[in-house]
Amino acid sequence: MSATDQLTPKGRGQRRRTAALPTGTALLFLAPAAILFAVFVLYPMVTAFTYALFSWRGTTQGEFVGMANFVHLFTAEPYRSQVPRAFGHNLLLFAGAMVVQNSVGMLLAVLLHRRERFRRFFQTLYTLPYLVSPLVIGYLWSLLLSPLFGPVNALLRQVGLESLALPWLGDPSTALWVVVLVTAWQWVGFPMLLYGAALGGISPEIDEAAELDGASGPQRFFRVTLPLLIPVIGTVSVLTFIGAMESFPIPYALGGSTGSPAGATDVMSLIFYRTAFESGSSNAIGISSSIAILLFIVIFGLSVLFTRWFRQTERKLF
Amino acid sequence: MSMTTQSAARVPVEDPAPPRANRRRRRTGSPLASAVTSVALWIYALIAVVPLLVMVTNSLRPNRELATEPLGLPFPPDFSSYQRAWIEASFSTYFWNSILVTVTSVTISTVVSLLAAYALARSSSRIVAAIESVFISGLMMPVFLMILPIFYLLESFGLVSTKTGLIMVYAAVSIPFSVFVLATFFRQLPGELEEAARLDGAGPLRMFWSVMMPLVRPAIATVVVFRFVPIWNDFFYPLILIRDRANYTLPVGLTTFFGEYQTDWSTLFAGLVIATAPLVLLFLVATKQIISGLTAGMGK
Repeated sequence: MSATDQLTPKGRGQRRRTAALPTGTALLFLAPAAILFAVFVLYPMVTAFTYALFSWRGTTQGEFVGMANFVHLFTAEPYRSQVPRAFGHNLLLFAGAMVVQNSVGMLLAVLLHRRERFRRFFQTLYTLPYLVSPLVIGYLWSLLLSPLFGPVNALLRQVGLESLALPWLGDPSTALWVVVLVTAWQWVGFPMLLYGAALGGISPEIDEAAELDGASGPQRFFRVTLPLLIPVIGTVSVLTFIGAMESFPIPYALGGSTGSPAGATDVMSLIFYRTAFESGSSNAIGISSSIAILLFIVIFGLSVLFTRWFRQTERKLF
Repeated sequence: MSMTTQSAARVPVEDPAPPRANRRRRRTGSPLASAVTSVALWIYALIAVVPLLVMVTNSLRPNRELATEPLGLPFPPDFSSYQRAWIEASFSTYFWNSILVTVTSVTISTVVSLLAAYALARSSSRIVAAIESVFISGLMMPVFLMILPIFYLLESFGLVSTKTGLIMVYAAVSIPFSVFVLATFFRQLPGELEEAARLDGAGPLRMFWSVMMPLVRPAIATVVVFRFVPIWNDFFYPLILIRDRANYTLPVGLTTFFGEYQTDWSTLFAGLVIATAPLVLLFLVATKQIISGLTAGMGK
């Protein structure tokens, strides 16, 4: 959304200036991409919205049922109890990511900003987990945290923290936190890079002026630098939100498709997956489609609201 | 997976030049502050990298060692777990499937996106502008919403559980990001270049191929790297669309493998390393491309 807003006007202006291609030729150049996109993205996207409005018998579309599938989600078990719980877990993933990953990311960016030497080196190290498949990351941590011979517990025992050597993924009270922390660990490099780029774009004169006025280091950070970072914080927050709502591979690898133990690591995407492909319910397609649409509305709606809100905050500041 | 797509998609690739103005300011500050910063940076470096290193070292140790000394080092290294993963657990099959699917779909999407982006950048037609906004709407595509219709579509084409089906889907979902980056880049090139080529008698296709293509090489590299990573890592599409074991990609292969080899830890670690190695290689080759691509256009 934000990308579209920012880019289309500029693009249009420039397009008018250079119009080298006649329309017929342009359409010919566009055809392969347009066909591929229309068949495998546009058509599925449009039909997806109709799926939830019908009852399904296996793979055949039955009669039109309006909102019945959505009503079913809120009134019938297991959805009535599972959906709110999973949604809460998604929100917790988001909150955890904001607190852990984005603040650590910002701290690292600020520390790296002060030094030229080794910056690329540290950036490379911090970005490494971000490039590894989230599924691999999830499985890796499930092995590292294993209560039997997992290296993490072995290390804790060796340094005398025996009491912390817990069955991290087996206990419902710690399992979700493992999901939050593992996700944050994997992602830290991303906000670090974005904040770093934004810090590089802030004119050093502003900071120098504040310093001449006698502002201390923390004062300069919280009163001068942080407000200037608000646009990037906005972008990072929206992306974090989308990521947290769509989170699938890490919970799948750490807790399986049922969100074990006892549903403690269940998230919306897992409910969707179970309903569509594992429930065996005759109306699986109708119900799972309504879950997908609900999820889409929440993600899209809240992302738009977030973006607006951050824009307004920005405008108030400058 | 989807976050990678979208996050990358939102970051326009414009001018990766580092802001030089900042350079002269750097004063090192007090030695104490500098030392504290270094320590903090190194501590996080360990947090980021040690788990990945443990993955590699543990893949090189025999199982009984993993059980008795979880914190040991791989001396001498034992490569038998790789042999087990590669041959017995069919990782060779998954690996080549992943390579084939990723390389082919990235190639297709890059070629069609190049043609499309050139047309978008160099046409003033309203229809063309409308097509561009449709492409851009695809930047927000939610994978959960699309997966069931895609499944039935592939089924009607007889492409469920085939690599061809998966390749077509990946190529198509890559188009919005690729077109978006490439069109931005094409627009920055002066139109005079084509004027000159036209005077020399070049047609549109010749102009595109001989004049424009060499100039957009950096943008092509960005697009290729940025589609390669999420497609290689992707788990959800093949989990749903591929049922036939012979066509599994590495991530789906990993899920069954974790069920079957539960107690064979070193082989599990070896499987994780195999799934990760090509990306780390790509990263080492294209670090600069990746880091500047991720952040380009953000530092305004």
